[in-house]
Amino acid sequence: MSTPAPRFREKAQVLDEAALDRALTRIAHEILEKNGGAAELAFVGLRTRGVTLAHRLAAKIAKIDGATVPVGTLDITLYRDDLGIRGTPVIRGTDIPFSIKGKIVVLVDDVLFTGRTIRAALDALIDLGRPQSIQLATLIDRGHRELPIRPDYVGKNLPTSRRESVAVRLREHDGEDRVVIEEPEEA
Amino acid sequence: MGWTRKDLLTMRELDAGEIVLLVDTAASLQEIATREIKKVPALRGKTIVNLFYEPSTRTRTSFEIAGKWLSADVINFSASGSSTSKGESFIDTAKNIAAMSPDVVVVRHSSAGAAELLARELACSVVNAGDGAHEHPTQALLDLLTIREKKGHFDGLHVAIVGDITNSRVARSNIHGMRKLGMTVTVAGPPTLIPPFVQELGVKVAYRLEDAIRDVDVIMLLRLQHERMRAGLIPSVREYSRYWGLTLDKLGRHARPDVLIMHPGPVNRGVELSPELADGPYSVILDQVAKGVAVRMGVLLLLAGSKGAAAA
Repeated sequence: MSTPAPRFREKAQVLDEAALDRALTRIAHEILEKNGGAAELAFVGLRTRGVTLAHRLAAKIAKIDGATVPVGTLDITLYRDDLGIRGTPVIRGTDIPFSIKGKIVVLVDDVLFTGRTIRAALDALIDLGRPQSIQLATLIDRGHRELPIRPDYVGKNLPTSRRESVAVRLREHDGEDRVVIEEPEEA
Repeated sequence: MGWTRKDLLTMRELDAGEIVLLVDTAASLQEIATREIKKVPALRGKTIVNLFYEPSTRTRTSFEIAGKWLSADVINFSASGSSTSKGESFIDTAKNIAAMSPDVVVVRHSSAGAAELLARELACSVVNAGDGAHEHPTQALLDLLTIREKKGHFDGLHVAIVGDITNSRVARSNIHGMRKLGMTVTVAGPPTLIPPFVQELGVKVAYRLEDAIRDVDVIMLLRLQHERMRAGLIPSVREYSRYWGLTLDKLGRHARPDVLIMHPGPVNRGVELSPELADGPYSVILDQVAKGVAVRMGVLLLLAGSKGAAAA
């Protein structure tokens, strides 16, 4: 039923461990600067790596500002515009154990591409309550937007071709911290 | 692990991986019930028809809520007040409904095999919501979800199913599901209500309540299905209750202190289960009902939201 995924090989490293950490530190500072502190802030990470990045940003803000920013997890599968086109929907659950009403919610994802995931995330989030505002933080912006969506905080802008793939590898999932561009192996 | 079936007809046909996929999907969907706005757009534009030829409150309502929370349009069709009372046959009714292009038909019928017959006739997905004394897969799935949430796992658990086993589709679906997940099942009841050769399903049989409930993790009680029962199988309801009704006293003397009491409903209080137990701390009966909605959401989502599954 599902077509076999093409095999990818690494083409270039984009961020190493230190650069990835510096990018997150800068984003944490920018979030505090833009919002005049951490009051009313909440992080919502998109499964799976966005959640990990959201926790890291919250830890950085705790270090810089001393504030505790709540972190939630969003699963957007039920809001996808390609449900029924992509094989079996895998539901892993939304877990936002705080009210987002009146909060400044910072959505966190690892790679921003077409913007369709963020479109779904906005719908999913607004179904849970009415936040004061929603901002978007992404570690990598690789372009090729199909919707009018832009990030507020970017770790790195990375021009890519559509056939390439960007892999964000994080210690918690992959045992290492780095970002690489991959390209399909020629058959 | 992907979902590839057009229909959900029996637990017997599923493998352990498919059962776990259904239970996992349902578990993740439970969170929707706690939201202020209980609706997600997953099945927007899909049509679900509830085709019920037997009375049902829990199952029909639960499928209806599940469909609505997923944003599908749900149409209820019950046999009374429909053209069935004007003499239309089951298949003709079904074909007429199919002509209106539903995505899923949920069917309950008093005849075993009704859902399978429908699945062969219709291009859309069919869910068996109970066919005679044969199977009731979504009930078994919600029982499994309840058990996993309370016990944390399936491995090596021992379940006693007590009561009218012969007439129970809930028992049959649960036996198939539990055996595939590596659980031990003991069925118990008056010999007249235990089907012959039931051991071939891989279960143990007990003919005394105290033997059945000793050292088990879960006791599942069943209602006497008078509507399917021939006369004379039990001397009287009072005698049944005396020997097979579970009370706090019998539980305290024979069962483990961490046992779960389950019942698919409707409960006949004071017959198979004493009121203080039905409402007591061992009982997870209302958890079962709540999980029923999540399980039906999961089933509808996998059938109508998977690529290939619902393809006609």
